[in-house]
Amino acid sequence: MISPQLIEQFTAIVGPENMITSNAGRLVYSYDATPNYQSMPDAVIAPRNTNEVSSIINLCRQHKIPLVPRGSGTNLAAGTVPSEGGIVLLFKHMNRILELDEENLTVTVQPGVVTLDMIRAVEKKGLFYPPDPSSMKISTIGGNINENSGGLRGLKYGVTRDYVMALEAVLPNGDIIRTGGKLAKDVAGYDLTRLLVGSEGTLAIITEATLKLIPQPETKQTMLALYNSMDAAAKSVSDIIAAKIIPATLEFLDRPTLVAVEDFAKIGLPTDVEAVLLIEQDGPPEIVARDTEQMAEICRREGAVSVQIAATEAEALALTTARRSALSALARLKPTTILEDATVPRSEIARMVKAINEIAEKHQVRIATFGHAGDGNLHPTCPTDARDHDEMERVEAAFADIFAKAIELGGTITGEHGVGMMKAPYLEWKMGPEGIAIMKAIKQAFDPDNIMNPGKIFAKETRKRVVVTQ
Amino acid sequence: MTTMTAREKAIQEQFSLRMDEGELLNCMRCGFCLPSCPTYIETGFDESHSPRGRIALMKAVHDGLIAPDEEVEHSLNVCLGCRACEPVCPAGVKYGHLLEEARDIFADYNEYKPQTKAMRKTVFDGLFPHQNRMEHAVTLLGIYQRSGLQKTARKLGFMKLFPDSLQAMERALPEVPKRSEMKKRGSAFTTLAEKQASVAFFSGCLMDTMFLETNKATITLLQKAGCDIVIPDGQNCCGALHGHSGEKDGAKELARRNIDAFEQTGADYIISNAGGCGAFLIDYDHLLKDDPAYAERARAFTAKIKDITQILFELRFHERFPLAIDSQVITYQDSCHLRNVMHTHIAPRVLMQAIDGADYREMEKADSCCGSAGIYNIVETEMSMQILDHKMESAKATNAHTIVTANPGCLLQMKLGIEREGLSESVRAVHIVDLLLEASLNDSVE
Repeated sequence: MISPQLIEQFTAIVGPENMITSNAGRLVYSYDATPNYQSMPDAVIAPRNTNEVSSIINLCRQHKIPLVPRGSGTNLAAGTVPSEGGIVLLFKHMNRILELDEENLTVTVQPGVVTLDMIRAVEKKGLFYPPDPSSMKISTIGGNINENSGGLRGLKYGVTRDYVMALEAVLPNGDIIRTGGKLAKDVAGYDLTRLLVGSEGTLAIITEATLKLIPQPETKQTMLALYNSMDAAAKSVSDIIAAKIIPATLEFLDRPTLVAVEDFAKIGLPTDVEAVLLIEQDGPPEIVARDTEQMAEICRREGAVSVQIAATEAEALALTTARRSALSALARLKPTTILEDATVPRSEIARMVKAINEIAEKHQVRIATFGHAGDGNLHPTCPTDARDHDEMERVEAAFADIFAKAIELGGTITGEHGVGMMKAPYLEWKMGPEGIAIMKAIKQAFDPDNIMNPGKIFAKETRKRVVVTQ
Repeated sequence: MTTMTAREKAIQEQFSLRMDEGELLNCMRCGFCLPSCPTYIETGFDESHSPRGRIALMKAVHDGLIAPDEEVEHSLNVCLGCRACEPVCPAGVKYGHLLEEARDIFADYNEYKPQTKAMRKTVFDGLFPHQNRMEHAVTLLGIYQRSGLQKTARKLGFMKLFPDSLQAMERALPEVPKRSEMKKRGSAFTTLAEKQASVAFFSGCLMDTMFLETNKATITLLQKAGCDIVIPDGQNCCGALHGHSGEKDGAKELARRNIDAFEQTGADYIISNAGGCGAFLIDYDHLLKDDPAYAERARAFTAKIKDITQILFELRFHERFPLAIDSQVITYQDSCHLRNVMHTHIAPRVLMQAIDGADYREMEKADSCCGSAGIYNIVETEMSMQILDHKMESAKATNAHTIVTANPGCLLQMKLGIEREGLSESVRAVHIVDLLLEASLNDSVE
């Protein structure tokens, strides 16, 4: 609990209208989009500028109060749940686009800007910001940077990390630093920008970001290929890449996912096939046309039962919209939905999907899989019911097996959601004790008092690894 | 767990008992609803005024995590009930049902001030369930308008005694018909064209009094489109006002009476011309799901509900009849319940765009609530007016001469907005039915 005197001091910094301590007011910031994680903060504070952030951090450090930065609370690894109480920091006032620099092709924003609002603003100038996490309509740039969010276009364009050029951040000691710049080349010292991207709010509070933009692609073409076998779909993915084509998106949905999405979006998706690939290419018209034709040919050759090319922009939009709602559509099946983002090298996709099915069968759980086939980032999703403790145990065991398998195939436990609390017990599987040790040393150097989003990334105990034998 | 007062404890127990736990759990907190919520946006992104936040509060009370204190109740009260969060919810959470149940629980334990209690009793028990009394009440308003009393009252500055919003509302009210007019309207009409369908018309309580002309226009349009029409006598108020205000038992009684009345007609469809009523009628199956005598009948009833714009669209009215109005810019404000609950938003737009002379311009955020929301503009005036002012900015940006709506509450709110902006000389608000009738009777199309 925070003392009334401290509350007063915080209030003096931000004003009473930006200080929430009521039960209801705190409850609505006690969760994010991760099932089964909830914890009340002691207070919720909405600073108006970087200096106020710095003052808040100073008070927190002096009194050892945990501090959790929160964008729109769409995190899927419990990264924004205030698990140790303390303060939730909101950025609803720091939500402006500060500058759009058309000479250097950059946009400078405050962390509270909603991703899609920023994307629309730059598109008005014919510019393009590619990272497009499924929650971009709601998520903030600050959240995207802290989680190093991915999206559908990762294969061709990379992820958030590849577009952050410079940051302003407040360190746990109250110092305000600026990293990077509007520079394509900059080797002055350690790359602190990259270190802060994806640090999940455990190292510093990001208060401003300069992002790289690129010219908007001239055209785009969307196609859908249907398969009667999962292997054939996965083989098509490998063949497309092997043919030296890098599509803008290459998404994969399995049958359970298709059924759920169609039930929700009603856009005429087939529900009697085993797998669907949603493929998009963008760029100059002649290249898009050539690539699309070639990819369609590869899909047919690999046994696609049908290949449809979207006739209109509206049709294309409907197809991608359906993919974006995959996770939430699956939520209709059961009250609780557990979603993971195990990732493997794309050459291993067919093997990984096969393994997921076997693991689901072994543990007697239902798992629907969709995801970014082009970059190996899969979303095995389990519709379940948190009230069924027996099933929940089996679900957890199944996901442990999935993580182990992903690592075995040269992959990782999380491709784009972050470690948060949910995957902290598995981080050592990926990093090894040496990797954890150096990460902890970095954390210690930044935040010796452990006030920055404590309880995330590092687990108190690593989960015991069960060797999977296939 | 915080300590609770006796009242809070009682409410908490009712939440545990009555709130649908499965539905509360269905909310996965993805946040897809946030950008659709007018109060979340108007409060500067305050999660406690968002659908996700409200469901979390309901669940926390249900689970005994927090007390159902004033702030929880306030959060539920500030909700417009526009249900814009439902179509965008991928998990299909029935937010409206959760909200109604929660409000009903709070209402059971509310100690209203004596005058509020008396007002609620008059409105919910004495007035709306009795169509003849509605006629009386609206007739009184007509006498006030016609007798010169209105002029006198305005001259004396009598209305200044009331809050600004009510003053403007008083000016925005339409001229109401005489009671003899209300009594004169018949109850069966035959088609003027080749018969396509037989329909029963849900004439509504407010629509059949204050907006009698719109009801007459609805009947004429249905006749032209090829419908035989009956207006069953035994019908009464749909119960929306009760349902949204925590008077669920009253709403159920009205629902049963309406089902009785409409069952006897044997009509193919039941037509409503008020989005707010239609959406409540179409929810009768949920309202009466635990009533063994009515559950099945309620499902049959709701399957027949259609908005007037939907049936006109389906009967290709706009293709079969020439429609024209004097050249003007028109725009449309969705009725939230027509759009979000009845899923009717294409039909009205197609009909309007078929009118010659109408330069239809889509208003930005036409699908977002105008702040009328039943009696919300009276009980949560400040938020309602803030929403309305932003709505009028969007309306003005279209340069529309005519703002079209499909629900009486929205229509009054638009008239109020026009009045507040001082635009009553240049801009009008009309019900879509009146516009369509005007367009079908236009001299230039004869």
